[in-house]
Amino acid sequence: MSAANGQAGLKSEDRLARFALSPARRRRDRLARGSVLAGTAIAVLPLLVIVYYLLRKGLGAWSVSFFTTDPTGNTFFGSSGIGGIKSAILGTIEIVALASAIAVPLGVGVAVWLVEYGRVSWLARTVRFFVDVLTGVPSIVFGLFVYIVLIVGTGSTYAGYKGSVALALLMLPIVIRSAEVILLLVPSALRESALALGAPRWRVIARVVLPTALPGMLTGVLLAVARAAGETAPLLFTAAYTMKTGFGLGGFMNSLPVQIYKDVTSPTTSVEHRAWGAALTLVAMILLLNTIARLIARRSRLA
Amino acid sequence: MTSPRPTAEVVDVDAESHTELDREDQRSQEAGSQPASEYASPRIISPRTASTPLSSDAALEAKPGPSVRLERLRAFYGESEQVKGIDLEFRANEVTAIIGPSGCGKSTMVRCINRMHEEIPGARAQGRVLLEDVDVYGPSVDVVAVRRAVGMVFQKPNPFPTMSIFDNVAAGPRLSAGRRGDVRATVEAALRDAGLWEEVADRLDAPGAGLSGGQQQRLCIARSLAVDPEVILMDEPCSALDPIATLKIEELIDQLKTRVTIVIVTHNMQQAARVADRTAFMLDGRLVEVGPTQDIFTNPSDPRTEEYVTGKFG
Repeated sequence: MSAANGQAGLKSEDRLARFALSPARRRRDRLARGSVLAGTAIAVLPLLVIVYYLLRKGLGAWSVSFFTTDPTGNTFFGSSGIGGIKSAILGTIEIVALASAIAVPLGVGVAVWLVEYGRVSWLARTVRFFVDVLTGVPSIVFGLFVYIVLIVGTGSTYAGYKGSVALALLMLPIVIRSAEVILLLVPSALRESALALGAPRWRVIARVVLPTALPGMLTGVLLAVARAAGETAPLLFTAAYTMKTGFGLGGFMNSLPVQIYKDVTSPTTSVEHRAWGAALTLVAMILLLNTIARLIARRSRLA
Repeated sequence: MTSPRPTAEVVDVDAESHTELDREDQRSQEAGSQPASEYASPRIISPRTASTPLSSDAALEAKPGPSVRLERLRAFYGESEQVKGIDLEFRANEVTAIIGPSGCGKSTMVRCINRMHEEIPGARAQGRVLLEDVDVYGPSVDVVAVRRAVGMVFQKPNPFPTMSIFDNVAAGPRLSAGRRGDVRATVEAALRDAGLWEEVADRLDAPGAGLSGGQQQRLCIARSLAVDPEVILMDEPCSALDPIATLKIEELIDQLKTRVTIVIVTHNMQQAARVADRTAFMLDGRLVEVGPTQDIFTNPSDPRTEEYVTGKFG
């Protein structure tokens, strides 16, 4: 303002005034920046609180025997007798590993078909629609489905692998959708230049498209794995709850989420503490898996 | 004339007509292990053999390439016709430049020659593209083999991002089934032919994407040379490059034409004048005029060509 009203001779000052930042704009800028920052803080806060409580309550439950013993079911003699979460850790690892072994190749295969072959065809659009529907299905419905088909339907009982099937169904749409998005990001120029070399399409996909998409796909797969590893509902009436360590996926199998569920609902304080320890263990396992996978992806990209 | 036939899908190889073609194919006679699924084609007129790696000293020796003839070629994207019936011959061992304003169908036409056009969903082509005497849209033709014989260099340099310099050049021989041989020798020869060997010989394991733009484009040329094509299509290969890198590519084109037939799409009329033996001018999906480059630029027979080359439109 003052610069604009200055003497006519001060031309450089006039020019400066033309580009001066007005106070109103400065205020609006501050307001916008502030609200975005506040939103970020609000979003991050619960996360920090969760991590804080997990560490504070969970670390106290950790000990060597916590990881090496099974829950005893004995809650009458304080924290020493209740046992650890060995069966739950092993169960979660085995069930989720089998579920991933089913869902990841299948899901990536569907995504490859959708992006490379089906494209905009009627069938591809239909598949996409059903995958979207599947994404929205509550996890307990997958458990119910497996319960009806594999347990009631076969007249048999709970088993670890049945839990894996339920989790695989849950993972499938997540894997398909994330892999599809990543495959669509692979520049079509790469496909074209590989095809122009006289390479059959399947080789182009296997040697050029998939390696390029690998790091991104890994993120989607890990998301699905983390989601599956934390699910309780589909396991409750497919893999069941058991205290004993079961190595075979054919028998009853414990898992971390189910163990947490059982422990939290227990009236005994020491058992409740075990739930915090188990929760921290679950988070730590997923974090570890994430880190390892990212290291592998980084290495394979350079190679 | 040819009846319109569906071309937007990969046509299955008819085993019978294959054997017929194979009989004349020198390459399959010399390399007896050559699988029958290999497309046998204009190589019948080419005395060189695919199994011989391009040795560096004999690299640029003159070899007859095939001529390419378009007959009533039409190309569509869905319902819209981009190439509206073109008859045009690209002579063997010559560089033919395609010029014309943006959107006139130059790239689409060129992409029909190695059947890349049909890769775009909804795109199809009609008419004939004769590689010497074989219609690449013929019913018994394997599209993969067509692309092996007709290489392509794209507008933007696009080395495979996950691969090293070596692997990028080796990608062709490795990706195409049944053709191995000495990959290392093939890679070196291709890099030498593309004028890149001296610059990258000591870092073949470095990522291809780490090279400069001009080097990347020469890497892409080396990559297409490694499968020993007979025709190379270049779709504005220098539009993303600086003048010095452009000059190198142009020198390369001049050397390569002794053994391949080259079709180059360009927006740069000076470039057409520098590298092309013949120049074709396209407008709105149609061929306006084709002739010796000299004539197109100095004495065109069509007034529209004159207007375009003198900068009156386009």
